[in-house]
Amino acid sequence: MATQRQLIYDYLRHKKKFPNIWCAGCGIGIVMGAIIRAVDDLGYDKNQVAMISGIGCSGRMPVYLDFYTMHTTHGRALSFATGLKLARPELKIIVVMGDGDALAIGGNHFIHTARRNIDLTAIVINNATYGMTGGQYSPTTPQHMLATTAPYGNIEQDFPICELAQVCGAAFVARSTVYHVEELQGYIEQGLEKKGFALIEAVSYCHTTYGRLNRLGSAVDMMRALKENSITRQAAEKLPPEELQGKIVRGIFVDREVPEYTELYQKIIERAQSGGKA
Amino acid sequence: MRTAFLQGNEACAYGALAAGCRFFAGYPITPSTTIAETMARELPKVGGVFIQMEDEIASLAAVLGASVGGLKAMTATSGPGFSLMQEHIGYAVMAEIPCVIVDVQRLGPSTGQPTSPSQGDVMQARWGTHGDHPIIALSPTSVRECFDLTVTAFNLSEKYRTPVILLMDAVVGHMREKVSLPAPEELEVIDRARPNVPPEWYFPYEETASDVPPMANFGDGFRYHITGLMHDRAGFPTQRLDEINAWLTRIFRKIDAHVDDIAITEAINVEHARTLVIAYGCTARAAKEAVYMCRRHRVGLLILKTLWPFPKDQVLVAAHEAQRVVVPEMNMGQIALEVERLVGRSKVRRVRRADGEMITPQEIRAAIEYKE
Amino acid sequence: MKKETTKPGIGRYEVRLAGKGGQGMILAGRILAEAVALYDGRNAVQTQDYGPEARGGASKSEVIISDGEIYYPKVMNADLLVCMSQEASDRYYYDLKRDGLLIIDSTNVDRSPTTRVVAVPITELAVKATGREITAAMVALGLICGLTKIVSEEALEKAIRSLVPKGTEELNVKAMHAGLEEAKRLLEAGLPISLPREL
Repeated sequence: MATQRQLIYDYLRHKKKFPNIWCAGCGIGIVMGAIIRAVDDLGYDKNQVAMISGIGCSGRMPVYLDFYTMHTTHGRALSFATGLKLARPELKIIVVMGDGDALAIGGNHFIHTARRNIDLTAIVINNATYGMTGGQYSPTTPQHMLATTAPYGNIEQDFPICELAQVCGAAFVARSTVYHVEELQGYIEQGLEKKGFALIEAVSYCHTTYGRLNRLGSAVDMMRALKENSITRQAAEKLPPEELQGKIVRGIFVDREVPEYTELYQKIIERAQSGGKA
Repeated sequence: MRTAFLQGNEACAYGALAAGCRFFAGYPITPSTTIAETMARELPKVGGVFIQMEDEIASLAAVLGASVGGLKAMTATSGPGFSLMQEHIGYAVMAEIPCVIVDVQRLGPSTGQPTSPSQGDVMQARWGTHGDHPIIALSPTSVRECFDLTVTAFNLSEKYRTPVILLMDAVVGHMREKVSLPAPEELEVIDRARPNVPPEWYFPYEETASDVPPMANFGDGFRYHITGLMHDRAGFPTQRLDEINAWLTRIFRKIDAHVDDIAITEAINVEHARTLVIAYGCTARAAKEAVYMCRRHRVGLLILKTLWPFPKDQVLVAAHEAQRVVVPEMNMGQIALEVERLVGRSKVRRVRRADGEMITPQEIRAAIEYKE
Repeated sequence: MKKETTKPGIGRYEVRLAGKGGQGMILAGRILAEAVALYDGRNAVQTQDYGPEARGGASKSEVIISDGEIYYPKVMNADLLVCMSQEASDRYYYDLKRDGLLIIDSTNVDRSPTTRVVAVPITELAVKATGREITAAMVALGLICGLTKIVSEEALEKAIRSLVPKGTEELNVKAMHAGLEEAKRLLEAGLPISLPREL
């Protein structure tokens, strides 16, 4: 307990910004805790870490953390982070996004940032809805579920975030949930240590809007559902596809060596400066 | 000095490099692309970074990220891309991040006429992003000025912690002229003020005597917060009216109180001019030709190099004795609106053209000599 | 206030080179302007207009030459118009000066808008000289140089060498000389029109 208190003291802007804006029982705080512990475990200096976010509930995370923090525009966090990384390759940059943020308005930036394989650690907190605006359907809302903008049920297919990052060329891709906190923390650590674009999907929930609309119960009930409905990749491989319907598959999807963007660009600089032809 | 035969777009890129620009992010679009191509070739030679992003929204976002990291940064685009950038121009104003946005204007709206020049983005440069805000916009008339005003754009953006828009046009951007470029030591290059206090005392949005607070780079040990939300002096979101009003007043004051420093104009024969021509960008060249054609008529010319903040004082002084003010521009009358507000509507004769062709000296001459 | 010493409109020579995209008209304009500005020590401004097509479509390049400062960068009334396509000839003849010089590429232009014209099979000469149609623009430049003297032969050759793609310098200079030869032949045979005033 003593060390817990110490960590919070070290990493949160505790005097200024609390209480936070998230609903009691929200999973975003759990992701924030996992990030703090990951950074601490890896022994990074706070002066080495930047956190960039977009817009939405997740977008408010950086304000609480004592890093270089930037709360940018909706969907564009990865593009801001790309510029910062190219200017400051030595920084560890964590990009926190929501599902609507990263995949709807930011979908184009998401696929291209993964494709460039630039050294960023992107965490998509997936609660399958637009929580801050009150429960509209997002690109990860499952079919048939209700949303304030899908009062007759959602007819769109949902986006598989990890699979998307994988085909776009990310170096590290993993999924866990806010129930499996230690696993999530481990993936964040692996992502931070990976040279290249790392994508961690943190499956969460929104009991305030989406949960209420779809009668999924309290935060505790939705947390329990994450526990009961999720399964590891290893276990999933043994199951027939029909039994995987509606299950959250957790695990590392990709962990590979891909040439990293800032390192490749450094070689261009060296070539240009040694008089190499453009 | 080195003499070269350059395109306006190339001169703009060389100006950026001379001003210390070390980051460029952009997306291909006619007629601005040669700026990106020049930067892609030249930036790595000086250790800088060029990146082609997936669109113009991402381009300006990357520019702002790089600027926060401490690099002088720029993007270049044209009408449709400029429309997409408006979101982040607002962010740059709000978060007070220096950057330069070049808009090589082409005929619009929409895809319009990609290879034809226009001056149709003057009001978009002023009011394109949502919310009330000040802005700086400059407009060059020659290849040499593409170089000079790009340097000025960087200097102003660093000095005032603000986005600066360089409104070029397809004529000036694609035109080739003989230019003598100044040597690096002949240039005045301004860098943003850095904090001279320890990190724990630093407030990134503090009231200062100059109205422009020093800016720390991410990575230099000043762990502060940047947001597009209304914020307090520490950069944290606020809903307090006193803090919102203080911020708003300061960002307007930091530009408005320094119009004399920002407003650049060139006055030709304006003393006792009975007719005054006010022009900018490529149209100023037609105006100059026209004014010399009519030199017996006591015609003066005021060329606006700074469009925003609008050089009110210079216009009022130059128009002091004028019975008629002719405002030629390649749009339906955008700067003319500002001139009319100052000198009265009845005095102003607009020469408008928005079909992708330059206004000719003869058209301006006709307006100068027009008998009421 | 800036002291203005030059008188615009005097000593101003306006050239328009027009054709189809891909005929090299924009490069030709750039070469002419750079030759005049950098190697002949005069002033020149070059502008260009083109359609969205990289090949085909209308394309023109304009060069203003002067000993003084050049304000308006476009042609008001051309002193010299070179048309490499029928469309260009139909479209741009209207603002040629009354004593202006019209050169058409008779390989591509069948209907001249006037009889006061110097019709030269420019593309054919290019093919004959170098085997490459694309060098027609250099033949045209040689022709311009030989007929009007607005640019010196040395300056033109220097500019060609510095601006054409590496490895094609000799080919292009050869085409330029074909143009110069043709100009010499025409001058000896006598032109159907008088040449415009010199600069």
